[in-house]
Amino acid sequence: MVPLSAYVILSALIFFIGVVGVVTRRSIIVILLSIELMLNAVNINFVAFAHHLESITGQVFVFFTLTVAAAEVAVGLALLIAIYRNRRTVNVEELDLMKW
Amino acid sequence: MMQVLFAYLATVCVVCSVLTVTMRQPVYNVLALLTMFFHVAGLYVLLNAEFLAVVQVIVYAGAILVLYLFVLMLLNLKAQARHMHRQWPFGVLVLGSVAAMVVGALQAGSFSAATGEYTSDAIKAVGNTEAIGLRLYTDYLLPFEVASLVLLVAMIGAIVLTKKGMIDDHVGE
Repeated sequence: MVPLSAYVILSALIFFIGVVGVVTRRSIIVILLSIELMLNAVNINFVAFAHHLESITGQVFVFFTLTVAAAEVAVGLALLIAIYRNRRTVNVEELDLMKW
Repeated sequence: MMQVLFAYLATVCVVCSVLTVTMRQPVYNVLALLTMFFHVAGLYVLLNAEFLAVVQVIVYAGAILVLYLFVLMLLNLKAQARHMHRQWPFGVLVLGSVAAMVVGALQAGSFSAATGEYTSDAIKAVGNTEAIGLRLYTDYLLPFEVASLVLLVAMIGAIVLTKKGMIDDHVGE
């Protein structure tokens, strides 16, 4: 048996790799991919705890995460296309219209 | 056997996550994420969540990543000379130390709580898909309907955002 803490530590590592991606990358598309990484880390946690605590609620919640991820991708990529059409760039450093 | 499988899946997951964040070409980022999603599906199988493993492959790898690839091809993005934010070492330093702290705390902590009635044998008796479906359509019916509303709003939002003329097309010119 693999202990629960192994899964939790794995998911924490993947989550922080995702956060680093959001903070350090310049392309919007890689930032969206990093958000997917973070959502997957949360899903691993849900399923691991559902298995460990002998409850199926965690697996049901992964469905709702999946729904939110699909909605996020649809709106995020639509925003990306709208931004690219207006500004000809997907670089977050150049999108400083609202920067003070 | 379980430990070996877990070690393999976890290693590939972490390596592919790092590649997703660090690779220069956007297409390589998406392909690294694809490999990572497949190995997460393997982790779900190890955790007796076969249905979620299949859904992971169909929805994440099949639908979401294809959508990413589609947009990448549509925009025809080139790899940039400088692909990291200018303050990236600072971000990696801060988040690396926070991650080390969290992992240390997780190693010290113990995870015990009241266990439910869905043991591995109980789930196997009714079947994983059926067990999830029973809970989803009884106890979680309202969240399920709200999820459909979220998807509808996202669909309308995507159409409105990408339709020409719906928002001002001349901001940057």
